[in-house]
Amino acid sequence: MVDDSLWTIFINASLVNNFVLAYFLGICPFLGVSSKLETASRMGGAVTFVMLVSSICAFGIQALLVAIDAPYLKLIAFIAVIASTVQLVEMFIKKVSPALFRSLGIFLPLITTNCAILGLALFQTNKGYSFVQCIVYALGAGAGFTLALVLMAGLREKLELAEVPDVTKGTAMALMIAGLLSVTFMGFGGLGG
Amino acid sequence: MSHSELASPPAPPSIWHMYRAMVGVGVFCGLLIVTVFQVTLPVIERNKAEALQEAIFHVLPNASTSTTYYFGEADGFKLLEGDGVGEQLVYAGYDDAQQLVGLAVEAQGMGYQDVIAVIYGYSFTEQAIIGIQVLESKETPGLGDKIETDPDFLENFKSLDVSVRGDGSALANSVVPVKHGEKTKPWEVDGITGATISSVAIANLLDRSAQYWVPRIRRNLRDFQGKE
Amino acid sequence: MAPSKSSTDEFIKGLWNENPVFVQVLGMCPVLAVSNTAMNALAMGLATAFVLIMSNIVVSSLRSFIPKQVRIATYILIIATFVTVVDYVIQAVSLDLYKALGAFISLIVVNCLILGRAEAFASKNTVARSTMDGLGMGVGFAFALFCLGAVREILGNGSLFGAPLFHDSFQNWVVMILPSGGFFTLAGWLLLFNWLKQRKAKKEATATLGLRKEVA
Repeated sequence: MVDDSLWTIFINASLVNNFVLAYFLGICPFLGVSSKLETASRMGGAVTFVMLVSSICAFGIQALLVAIDAPYLKLIAFIAVIASTVQLVEMFIKKVSPALFRSLGIFLPLITTNCAILGLALFQTNKGYSFVQCIVYALGAGAGFTLALVLMAGLREKLELAEVPDVTKGTAMALMIAGLLSVTFMGFGGLGG
Repeated sequence: MSHSELASPPAPPSIWHMYRAMVGVGVFCGLLIVTVFQVTLPVIERNKAEALQEAIFHVLPNASTSTTYYFGEADGFKLLEGDGVGEQLVYAGYDDAQQLVGLAVEAQGMGYQDVIAVIYGYSFTEQAIIGIQVLESKETPGLGDKIETDPDFLENFKSLDVSVRGDGSALANSVVPVKHGEKTKPWEVDGITGATISSVAIANLLDRSAQYWVPRIRRNLRDFQGKE
Repeated sequence: MAPSKSSTDEFIKGLWNENPVFVQVLGMCPVLAVSNTAMNALAMGLATAFVLIMSNIVVSSLRSFIPKQVRIATYILIIATFVTVVDYVIQAVSLDLYKALGAFISLIVVNCLILGRAEAFASKNTVARSTMDGLGMGVGFAFALFCLGAVREILGNGSLFGAPLFHDSFQNWVVMILPSGGFFTLAGWLLLFNWLKQRKAKKEATATLGLRKEVA
């Protein structure tokens, strides 16, 4: 029962309330996969696809749970669906492009514990989006995630060649960059409102 | 060390073992969840009802009791019996003399960061919004969240004019936001400096909601008169 | 030959040496989003700790009962159950806290820390040791979250647990309460930790060098 326009939802999910930089969802792959531009963009694509499928399934599951009056099974049902989707995507990628499968490595199954996907399912349920709104929300969230990941990868690739103090090497530096990116994205606030 | 016996590889677990584990764990988990759910449900419902009552009485000063109505275009306002899921609800507030003080309505709209949800009180006799409470807001702390605390801003809603046109089909004057300090008409909302978007959002969502509800409430006013 | 660890060792390692947030950098998602006030951070930390301890106990007691092939699925099932339990309990205890933490309580289920401990430790150790491990990691996690939340609240709001600390003229450093503040604060704490570790390593290196010189 939300009358947000589809465009507002998309802009909100991808820029204003970017899943990584505003909600801190999907940090593990964000910090882990974002060191190479190529892997980053592919991870983004995989996540967007899983988000889309999970979003549709979550919508269906929520409707079903309401019908049988078992709201407490929501979490378990969502996570089961997400895990299965990731499994399917993994098998699909393995068949279609073994090279991509190798380069994504451990991070593909890790998409299951990617808070972003579960977060997406939970948020859209709480907001009570309609079916079409859910799809747009998922696409926006995936696009935003990919954008953040790609930006981060580009920055980190450049940083590899720079001299940084020892104590900041690794995660601390990545977090500071993420913080700066987050501040930048705040500039999108009020867009699409 | 070199001639240690190689242990024979462990036999793969039978399907029965796997089923047993999954089903066993599933049953245990199911029981646990359902028990906790049943135990906490009454407490949660009570808390939610209390919070709602508090909000209603905050936006309808002088009200001491309230009844919930649901709305249908064809039948007007009817007393709510079930849980009201999926219905459009309004809350009527009555004072100690069982007189109708006003109606509390929930509204929401896009703010700066995310959706803002409010509840406001409408008084038929004054033809104005007489109170507002922000229910949910994720506005910028220190800036946008002033919509909840800034006393000058909240002054706007002690008597925000929402009178209707002659034919009663729409508001005579839309609720409009103005810059801080420029309010001249009773239907204008004086904004907060530095939190323009959030204050504009409040004005807009109130306007949208009032445009919808006020004519309908006035048309069906007799549905609310007095409680037995 | 590594000395066998007592139960207390399992507890202590979670607090400092293997602190889940500062050292292992695990379970980050909920860390940053809800650590904008000390109260929220502490509540979130304790909720996670509860789930961690309970699932460690259950996984450990059932470790001979669950075959390898289905272990991840059963672990997730167990963890999701306890998270659902925590979700309802928090809702019943404090609606305000629930509104502040929102969907992030449910997100505890994908906290890599809990699944990681179940897989790496609880499935291979006794119930007693697993409980201590869960307790240690949980307390370490809650402590780390509290550090984050406290710094963010003090700098960003001039208060701690809602009680104002500074004079009115204190300018709130608003960015601290915003998401970027979360990133910066965590980076700051990590920097501190790294620096302390480096200093300790240097000291130990010079100490061994000194010993060698004496022996030589």
